[in-house]
Order: sequence, then structure tokens, then C-alpha cells
Amino acid sequence: MSGLLEACGLGKRFGGVQALAGVSFGIQRGEIYGLIGPNGAGKTTLFNTLTGIYAPDAGTFLFEGRDISRLPPDRIAAAGIARTFQNIRLFANLSALENVMVGRHVRTHAGLVGAILRDRRTLAEEAAIERRAGELLEYVGIRTYANAAAGTLAYGDQRRLEIARALATEPRLLALDEPAAGMNAAESAALGRLIRAIRDDGVTVLLIEHDVRLVMNVCDRVMVLDYGEKIAEGAPHEVQRDARVIEAYLGAPRAA
Amino acid sequence: MRALFDTRRRPMLVWGGVALIGIALTGLPFALALVGTSWVRIADFAILYVLLALGLNIVVGFAGLLDLGYVAFYAVGAYAYALLASPHFGLHLPFWVILPIGALLAAFFGVVLGAPTLKLRGDYLAIVTLGFGEIVRIFLNNLSQPVNITNGPIGIARIDPFRLGAVDFSRGARLLGLELSSPMKYYWLLLAAVLAVIAINLRLQNSRIGRAWEAIREDEVAARAMGINTRNVKLLAFAMGASFGGLAGGMFAAIQMFISPESFVLTESVMVVSMVVLGGMGNVWGVILGALLLAIVPEVLRWCVEPVQQVLFGRTLVDPEVIRMLIFGFALVLVMLFRPAGLLPSAVRKRELAERRT
Repeated sequence: MSGLLEACGLGKRFGGVQALAGVSFGIQRGEIYGLIGPNGAGKTTLFNTLTGIYAPDAGTFLFEGRDISRLPPDRIAAAGIARTFQNIRLFANLSALENVMVGRHVRTHAGLVGAILRDRRTLAEEAAIERRAGELLEYVGIRTYANAAAGTLAYGDQRRLEIARALATEPRLLALDEPAAGMNAAESAALGRLIRAIRDDGVTVLLIEHDVRLVMNVCDRVMVLDYGEKIAEGAPHEVQRDARVIEAYLGAPRAA
Repeated sequence: MRALFDTRRRPMLVWGGVALIGIALTGLPFALALVGTSWVRIADFAILYVLLALGLNIVVGFAGLLDLGYVAFYAVGAYAYALLASPHFGLHLPFWVILPIGALLAAFFGVVLGAPTLKLRGDYLAIVTLGFGEIVRIFLNNLSQPVNITNGPIGIARIDPFRLGAVDFSRGARLLGLELSSPMKYYWLLLAAVLAVIAINLRLQNSRIGRAWEAIREDEVAARAMGINTRNVKLLAFAMGASFGGLAGGMFAAIQMFISPESFVLTESVMVVSMVVLGGMGNVWGVILGALLLAIVPEVLRWCVEPVQQVLFGRTLVDPEVIRMLIFGFALVLVMLFRPAGLLPSAVRKRELAERRT
């Protein structure tokens, strides 16, 4: 395995809050890397710094050897990192299919002139976009709802649609921000199978998740954040037994 | 609706319908001329408003950027035409040269307006664009000193009409025994322009760029995360929308043969925004309907308010101008109460997915 993403000494401060303090980690090609921690530990901040919504105050992200730490979100998507959102952010009034078609934007080229003239190349590209979007809906299991407005889909399906839309950008790294939030056990198990399938098809996955069972089941390695610092990293079962992790989640043990 | 337009399934019906509508639209000015030539002029201005509304629809309806200064681009197009085809500078370029120049210039102004407002949304964007519209008007009012460019509030008169070879659009003509008046000639020209603009609108909406606009309208953060360069795509929307405004402005100047800053006041911007909102933001057919209604209904009211009062009360109780705007405003309020998404709201586009696997 080789390194896909290398994070080095990340820091981010919001006013008086040090949301990230010197966090370093590496994600290997082809693994499912989990990111857990109590609420307010800095998980989403890390995510937003990775995907260009914030610029880090300190540190760098090297993606495939290239420094992407201060690129805007659209350039990061173009570089090969796609994400989903904790609070679902679909294009609610567009159909499910069109949501995924928007995801193809960054890998396609038709411009204004092509759109107006509808030359053969534009038409071919448009057909390919639609075909690929249909395949991706099939892949995440919601092709039946292709023509439904994204905002009207069931909650779990909206999460799947976000994943399909992110996959449409042909990412090498797919970053999922609490994809199982609000799902029941059966739904979250099905999601786990989807995440593994995505990895098996060659996309590395970074997963932020509260659902501990899902993390333990699908992740190859896990990093634990607390108060913006990395307190543990390793295989899920090791991390689970780590004293600092237990302390972070349950509080310090009282002297007996 | 879709089945109706599905050329593969019922080609005869569709092309028959297209031919019928085409004949009706082409023949319309003759029917209107029977009522009065002024109605042909009203039809001309209604089409001009459709052009404006379709241009604004790209910015407001597709990209979701509320622009209250749209009339500025109309003004840019109109003044570009007036300055290049009038005795003011002694330039008399042909219209097919000036109209593209006006549209390009308006597009440039669209980018000038768009660039500083990229990070603004909703109300804030509306305020800045409103200011932009006023700035352009005030410039036009005052650019008569020290060098007289716009002739200030007096405006520019004796603007050239459209001329194509021997055909002068400002004069009537006889053809095959039919009396063709100047408004009729402009009507057909405007009709051709509006059909082209409708086609461009529909094609844009259903394209990679159109989807990017709609993605920005729906959720800008998500759109950026999907790799859309929101800066470029928004500027493209501003430029594209403005260019239609510039085109309409050039035609306006030629039809009126006189323009002054008076024609480009805030009310005009508000009117065009109302057309887009009333008809149904983002839906090309809705926007056309909205523009036609708001352009024609006031004229119909102007025409019938007085006779109706004469019949009912035997004399004119209320000034037609007053009651006309009252009825008009009331109708707008009712529409917004009962159809908040517009008369023809934009619906989710359906696509038939090919090669469905089971």
C-alpha cells in the first residue's frame, strides 16, 4: 500500500477555540480510514479544511504528493477528493439523476457554445453524463427514484444520493461526513456494505462517523480526535481498548 | 406536456401543431391591425419584454441571483445603438453590426456588475444590483459634460430605424396587396429574435452549464464541493443574461427612434423581475407567460376602464390611469397569495433513462 493523503501538523483556530492542534496522519491507497471523536473534537473542522472550505492556519495536506492545503473547494474536487455533508446538502429541486449529473461537471467540458449549438460532441458528452449518472444511481441502489426531486427522497436515500453525486466526480478519495446519522441499524449495516463495495472498486474512503458499530465493522484503521488533538490511531479493536480514548468518551475513571 | 412534444412518438401531431402556432403568430399582427395599429405596437413591446424577462430569467431563475438593476443592461444596449446609429455622433452603422456590439457591451457590463458581487446573495445582492442600475441611469443623465456623450436628460433623437437593403422598418409597405405597417415589420423581426432566445434558453437550461447554474441556485457550498467553479459560472450567468438585455435595448432604441434616461428607471427593472416571478422563476414558458401578461394586461385595462365606467355609472368616476394600476397591483397580490411559485412553476425535469437494467 502507498500513501494517498498525508496530513502534517494541521492547525485551525476559531477565535479562542483551537479546533485543530498539530494533527498529522496518513491515509493509504485502498483503505477505509475512520475518524472518530466526541462532539466538538474537531472532526468536521478537519473535514472542512481538507475539502477547502477553510484554509488551515498551520500544516499541509499532501494529496498524491501534491500540496492541496490552500486550494479552493472546486480545485480540490478536481484534484480527486469528493465529499458528502453531515447536514445533507443536495440540490433539492433538481431530480436525483440531475444531482448526480452535476457531479459529472468537473470531468466534462461542454461550454456555452456547445450547449447552444448542440454539436455532435456535446450531445455525445451529454448522453455519457446521463448514462454514468444512471449507473451510479443503480450502484447506490436508488435508480427507481431517478426522476424524483432530490428533496422528496427518504432520508436514507438522500444520503445515498449524496454518495452517488460525490462518486460522479471520479474521486480517488471519498470523504463521508457522518453518512449513517439518523439511520437505523439495518440501514446503517446496508450503508456499511455500500462503503466496502466502494472501497473494493478502488476508491479510498475517509469516514467520520458516530455510529461506533459501523466504524468498527468497516474501517481498516481509525484515528481518534479529542479537543482538536489526535489521541489515538490504529486498528479499530486496538483503539477501542485505548485508555485515552475511553477517557475521552466516558470521562476520567474515578480513584477507587 | 412531454408526450405532446415527443417528436418521435407523434411526429404528425407535433409538426402540425408547430405549423399552426407558427401561422397564428405570423398572422397575429394582421388581426391586431384590425383593432388598431396601436395594438401591433403593444405586441412589439410585449415581445421586447419577453426578451428582457428571458434574459433576466437566466440570472434570477436559473442561477438564483436576484438582480434588481437589470434595466441597466437594457440601457447599455439602447445607448450603444443610439450612439452608433444617429446624427448625434454622425455614425450610421447597420443594425446587424450594432446589435451584437450592444449585446457584447452589455455582457461586459454584466461581468463588471457580477465581479464585485460574487460573494453576495439574496437581499444584499439585490441592493447592490439596484444601486448599479441607478448608477448607470445617473451616468446617462450626466454624461453630457465635459464631453457630450449621452446628451444627458434630453436624450438622443432621430435614431436610425432598422434597414435591410431596400427594406426600411420605419415605413409601411405594400406586399401582395397587403398593407404592412412599420410595427408589423418590427413584430416579425422581434418574433424571430424571441424564438431564437427561447431556443437558447431551453438549450442552456438542459446543459452542463445550465445544471451548474441550477446547482449554485440550490446550494452554492455543495456546488463548489462538486467541482463547479462558482465564480466563472456566476459571471457567465450575469454576462449571458445581460447580453439578452443589451439585444432588447438595441431593438427598443430602433423602434422608438428616441431614447432618454427616463426609459431606464428602477420601475422597469422591478417590472421585469415581476414578470419572471409571476410567471414562474426558472420555467421558460412561465416567464414568457408572465411577461406577456404584465405587458398586455395594463394596456387592455387602459383601453376598457373608461368605457366600463361609462356603461356602469354613466360617467367616469375614477381616472383610468389610477384604477388601472390598482387593479394591476391587486391582481399581482392575488397571484402571489394563491400561486406563490408563479403561474407556471418550474417542475422537476423527467428523463427517460435508456437501457434500464432489471
